[in-house]
Amino acid sequence: MTPDFVWLTLACAALTFATRAGGYLVLSRIPNIPPRVEAALDAVPAAVMTALVAPAFFSGTWREAFAMALCALLCLRFGLSGAVAAAMVALVASRHLV
Amino acid sequence: MRFWNDPDVRAGFTVGLPLLGAVCPVAMVFGALSVQLGLTVADTVLMSAIVYAGASQMVAIDLWGQNVPAWSILLAVFAVNFRHLLYSAALTPIIQTQRWFTKAFVFFFLVDPQFAFTEQRAQEGHPFKLRWYAALASVFFFGWTIATLIGAMFGSLIKNPEALGLDMLLPLYFLALVMGFRARPRWALVVTVAGVVSVLIALGPELGILPAWLGPPWHVTIGGLAGVFAAALVPPHRPGSAAGNKAARNSGDRNGNAPPLDGAAAPQLRP
Repeated sequence: MTPDFVWLTLACAALTFATRAGGYLVLSRIPNIPPRVEAALDAVPAAVMTALVAPAFFSGTWREAFAMALCALLCLRFGLSGAVAAAMVALVASRHLV
Repeated sequence: MRFWNDPDVRAGFTVGLPLLGAVCPVAMVFGALSVQLGLTVADTVLMSAIVYAGASQMVAIDLWGQNVPAWSILLAVFAVNFRHLLYSAALTPIIQTQRWFTKAFVFFFLVDPQFAFTEQRAQEGHPFKLRWYAALASVFFFGWTIATLIGAMFGSLIKNPEALGLDMLLPLYFLALVMGFRARPRWALVVTVAGVVSVLIALGPELGILPAWLGPPWHVTIGGLAGVFAAALVPPHRPGSAAGNKAARNSGDRNGNAPPLDGAAAPQLRP
């Protein structure tokens, strides 16, 4: 083990747990959540997941962009697993064939 | 044996297992990089097991390798993990009635896909069950730590994850989950704002339109916050429409597909 790194790891672990508990600890102390805050929280999954993946649409080649567009379109009609699987097949095929 | 036959446990495993294909290669790359930087296998696996936050672990060992002071490593870790504050705040109504032990358990294992699937599960109308959450968490946690160990011991075994498309499996999953939330009010606005801001922050420095200290990983925090603020800035619902809001959250079929009421939910936007 590398002692300095273990200390750093412990600090990172504490900090990470604090961020994962912090939002709840703050919010659970507010008795009546204002409508705007409720709207903001309702938007968290879509907002953060979008922020995570959006650059991938522009930073790759047309293949990645096509697979993402296909996945989003298929989600309008099919379930999550089916849409992801079809987009993966399209991506791998385009990388090997085109 | 009853544990394995429990429908909640099975649902947790079923939803998590396909993602191992994306989680394990990342963990193996982390393990291999960490050992290349001179850290031991034990250091590396310890970090995966107790920090358990992929992106911030990458940032931490990268900066460690550059001999950056510890406080600035911690600042970078906080910047990357900031989104978790939003996750735990958003889960408040779902877990509020649970015991403190359950809550602590939830927080420790609250990685990105775990959060998204938990929100999706609640949206489908299932009450929160610790055993569902634990089944899903065990898939990600053991997948992550064991793959870290393998990567640290044997280097990156998967030499070319691009050939199998594994580099895009997680982004495609997250994208599909975003689509699954589309029945929620203000969804289009939130996704547009978060997406545009995220892309600007991520690619801006490269294009020379933003200073170099921006760029990844800031796009996640700033883009996510922009989307959340956009939702808060639109005029709130008229009093009493909170029930309608809840109904929209709880609708949708088992696959996370929205019911065909996007149009029906829209009137809530303009009271």
